[in-house]
Amino acid sequence: MIMDGLDALKKKYLDGIMAASEEGALETLRLAAIGKKGEVAMKMRELGKMTPKERKSAGPALNALKGEIISALAARKASLGDAALEARLWLDVTMAGRPSRQGSIHPVSQVTEEVAAIFADLGFSVAEGPQIESDWFNFDALNIPPEHPTRTEMDTFYMHRDADDTRVPNVLRTHTSPVQIRYMQEHGAPCRIIAPGRVYRADYDQTHTPMFHQIEGLALGRDISMANLKWVLEEFFSAFFEIDGIKTRFRASHFPFTEPSAEVDIQCSWSDGQLKIGEGDDWMEVLGSGMVHPKVLAAGGIDADKYQGFAFGMGIDRIAMLKYGIPDLRAFFDSDLRWLRHYGFRALDMPSLHAGLSG
Amino acid sequence: MKFTLNWLKTHLETTASLDEILYALTDLGLEVEGVENPADSLGDFRICRVIEAVKHPNADRLRLCRVETWPEGPDGPTEEVQVVCGAPNARTGLVGVFAPVGSYVPGIDMVLKPGVIRDVASNGMLCSERELMVSDEHDGIIELSEDAPMGALFIDYTNRNDPVIDIAITPNRPDALGVEGVARDLAARGLGTLKTPKTQAVTGSFKSKINVTIDAEVQAKACPVFMGRLIKDVKNGPSPQWLQDRLRAIGLRPISALVDVTNFFTYDRNRPLHVFDADKVQGDLRVHFASGGEGLTALDDKDYRLDAGMMAISDGQGVQSIAGIMGGVQTGCTETTQNVFVESAYWDPITIAATGRKLKINSDARYRFERGIDPAFTGEGLELATRLILEICGGQASEIVVAGNVPDVARSYRLDTDRVSSLVGMEIAAETQTATLKALGFKLKGSEVTPPTWRPDVQGEADLVEEIARIASLTKLEGRSLARETSGVTRPILTPIQRRESVVRRQIAALGYSECVTYSFIDQTAAEMFGGGQDATRLANPISSEMSHMRPNLLPGLLQAAARNQARGFADLALFEVGPAFDGGEPEDQHMEASGLSIGMNGPRDAHDTRRAVDLYDAKADAEAVLAAIGAPVKLMVRRDVPNWWHPGRAGHLSLGPKNILASFGEVHPKVLSAMGIKGPAVAFTIFVVNAPFPKSRSATRPALKISDLQSVERDFSFVVDQKVEALTLLNAAKGADKALITAASVFDVFAGEKAASQMGEGNKSIAISVRLQPKNATLTDAEIEAVSAKIIDKVAKATGGTLRT
Repeated sequence: MIMDGLDALKKKYLDGIMAASEEGALETLRLAAIGKKGEVAMKMRELGKMTPKERKSAGPALNALKGEIISALAARKASLGDAALEARLWLDVTMAGRPSRQGSIHPVSQVTEEVAAIFADLGFSVAEGPQIESDWFNFDALNIPPEHPTRTEMDTFYMHRDADDTRVPNVLRTHTSPVQIRYMQEHGAPCRIIAPGRVYRADYDQTHTPMFHQIEGLALGRDISMANLKWVLEEFFSAFFEIDGIKTRFRASHFPFTEPSAEVDIQCSWSDGQLKIGEGDDWMEVLGSGMVHPKVLAAGGIDADKYQGFAFGMGIDRIAMLKYGIPDLRAFFDSDLRWLRHYGFRALDMPSLHAGLSG
Repeated sequence: MKFTLNWLKTHLETTASLDEILYALTDLGLEVEGVENPADSLGDFRICRVIEAVKHPNADRLRLCRVETWPEGPDGPTEEVQVVCGAPNARTGLVGVFAPVGSYVPGIDMVLKPGVIRDVASNGMLCSERELMVSDEHDGIIELSEDAPMGALFIDYTNRNDPVIDIAITPNRPDALGVEGVARDLAARGLGTLKTPKTQAVTGSFKSKINVTIDAEVQAKACPVFMGRLIKDVKNGPSPQWLQDRLRAIGLRPISALVDVTNFFTYDRNRPLHVFDADKVQGDLRVHFASGGEGLTALDDKDYRLDAGMMAISDGQGVQSIAGIMGGVQTGCTETTQNVFVESAYWDPITIAATGRKLKINSDARYRFERGIDPAFTGEGLELATRLILEICGGQASEIVVAGNVPDVARSYRLDTDRVSSLVGMEIAAETQTATLKALGFKLKGSEVTPPTWRPDVQGEADLVEEIARIASLTKLEGRSLARETSGVTRPILTPIQRRESVVRRQIAALGYSECVTYSFIDQTAAEMFGGGQDATRLANPISSEMSHMRPNLLPGLLQAAARNQARGFADLALFEVGPAFDGGEPEDQHMEASGLSIGMNGPRDAHDTRRAVDLYDAKADAEAVLAAIGAPVKLMVRRDVPNWWHPGRAGHLSLGPKNILASFGEVHPKVLSAMGIKGPAVAFTIFVVNAPFPKSRSATRPALKISDLQSVERDFSFVVDQKVEALTLLNAAKGADKALITAASVFDVFAGEKAASQMGEGNKSIAISVRLQPKNATLTDAEIEAVSAKIIDKVAKATGGTLRT
């Protein structure tokens, strides 16, 4: 009896609530259903007239219906509220946010930090030296005496001297190697350093710019050998290019400041004009190196009978080009915004070994 | 240094292939820069015979040839091929050169395919010299002698099958500037045996009419020895074919036998020589330092004037040769020379280098003398030249004229056979080490090693190690791990300055600037605009006037970069650079700066109405953000005494005390902008990276945090002040009213301009500030607040003359 029509009642109110389009209509429905004189309330009053057995099933059913209606009313109220809010305060979310400028880090800075991170792990610290350098530090101390053919081959920039100034003109350092001498003089041996920075040579064409960047390496100890150099470089290249097991090839060569000297090639392949580092049968020259010449140690104030070690120098711009596929060296120094944005790095891309170098 | 494979084989008995030789050269440190191998370009063309040539049935000018070919060489089977040929000399019985189908013919840049010409099949080609690119001859096909070996390679028959090898010689290896020296390295490596014949002396039959003296001061170092000899009744003329071929192959032009002989030994034995026409020499030759001003026309037909101290060879008429660099025209040999005086001398490398550099002469002789030739070879070189001249030109040789003495370059070093292992890290048996040195011409007496006279570069024990390792091959070197000096966790390696540089760079990038790397040198005009451009910072040899002076700071380079970008259509820019600037021309005159430059609007056009022109306060905010990032003190002086490239009214310094400027900021002077071609306003900042003090304490512990639970009170004041009163003066006055209670004061409004003047009187403005009071012990009472307020008003009035706006 009492249960008759409960389903119809439920449908009537739930549909009504769903269809209500404003809060007033919901209130009317609430009163009609569960208000003091509402249909559900009225039915509840009838419970007293029932047999205990009837009451046992009708009671919970009515309570459940009441609960359902209350929930439906609350849900509908919330959704009507949101709808009103949306209607009142709608904004076009497809519009661009307020613009903020995006800055970038130059590849030379980024790669210098990458190299420093790797060598830090091998126990090398970072040394620096001046870019206007005395002739002595740039040449003599590195076993390049005056009139040595190497001086002309290096296309040196000289600083002006007044006519009555008889001092030997300073030079723009042609390599980062003078930092070796300065560091040795100041700190002695043993030591392990890298020295990144700008260097200058009077040369400008497709593949040369009058300023570029080098990184010098120097490790002195009691028994550091060229075999250690090879290991260090192979470890470095594998870490830098993020490819395990990159091979190097040492070829005999000559630099006045090392003895023996070697040009170092890294393994690579060329196919369809595409260069791949760390695989294949080709070799590409990447740096010059060797065991520090006894005369250079002497110029640095180091006893060559007690200490020996290796030094190397490579182009930062060049390894940046190889790693990141940057085609033209001259563009490094042109500051074309399109280039800076395309080849640059985000401010927070801080290279580290634990997080990875190139992310 | 160029030479041909066959030339090398005159010094090296070897069975090694070309590829083996090339690999070894590079590995030995004689880096191969290029190889031209005729077998690669002309190796398909063999000698053939035309069995019969008849008129082409369908063309009057073409011949139809039956050609007998030997596709596998002289010993292989023959094959008859039909070829249509347009050459007028194609005829029965002709011996020529056949290009088979499938071969690449360089002169027509084509791979031959079977063809049909006017309905007749043609399979291959009879070649002209031009088609093989051996000459320009194209009037007909090549005709060879009838007894030419059928089926032989054309390049073998014509002695062209000789690869030309070009190697780079490092400055320490003058000996490898002669083919013999290259052969010696290869022999030591095990690629054959050195077979350079022993030099046979020529006994002179008379006394030379030309004698030689060396001034004592010259003989002391610059020219220790000079040898010469007269050869009379020679018949000069073109060299024999073999000699011309050799010289041409390495890019030299044959001139005449006498000159070609000197060039030959320059390359064959690294022994430059000079030949004088004896009939043009007046009196004797004297080697001396020029007194300055002497002139001569050298063999390159250019006139040179010698400086005092340059070495010269003179006769009775004057200077006849720039010693060791280039001879003179006046006494040079010509086709008609009948009596020749041959010079073989040792010239000091340093003197030659200095003279050559000053006169800008790059001759083969200078190149070799300045690297160092073998002094002990002076006499042998003369004997070799004499013998070859006599062989080619006939004549009789005089006795040798000698001035000075061959310098003694003997020296010895101890060979420690363990050194290779300790220095290089390769294990090489002691016997192998001594064998290597012997093969390179070193003399061993026990462990004492004397380098050969042709190796001036060997100056110590480490050089012996290098020779041994080089010959053994560094390719075999195996890496060996290098342990860190400290164990455990890696220690930081950057200095505080290096760390700060990185923070500065990344903070500026985070503020939206793009990092540039611009050249350290700029043009003088730009340098002068920014306080530089003095002679001290001038390059003596700039590569262009755009790069003549070291930059006094980073702004001119950034402005030039901005102008280039504006020309590309980017009007709004934010660029920065971190790098060195130069106050002078000495090593210590360099300091590090970081500069940011913003131009145009602060962003693209958008619908939020946020776009505006960048201004002074953007630059100041960015400068302060960077200073904050490096932990600079918050309380800084703001000064207006900026240099003249800044806007006189819209720029300032942030300084710590009166002397230590940490940063500059503001608008760039409009005059500078227009001179540099910048459109729109430009603001900039410069951080003097190392000027902010570094923390003295290394402790990571922070001071304890003191915060009050008591409510702070904010009070606003608005003052009417003179329009030139600066906000900072006012704020400092307000803060000074009660240092314990007032924790912050800031300006939140400035009302200035005409409207303000009309309300507050001409020349006035109002500044509104907010002051925060933070009680420490008890909540402030109204009376206390009133008392502080009164003090603030009083202090501000005293400092600025301002009154509270009512």
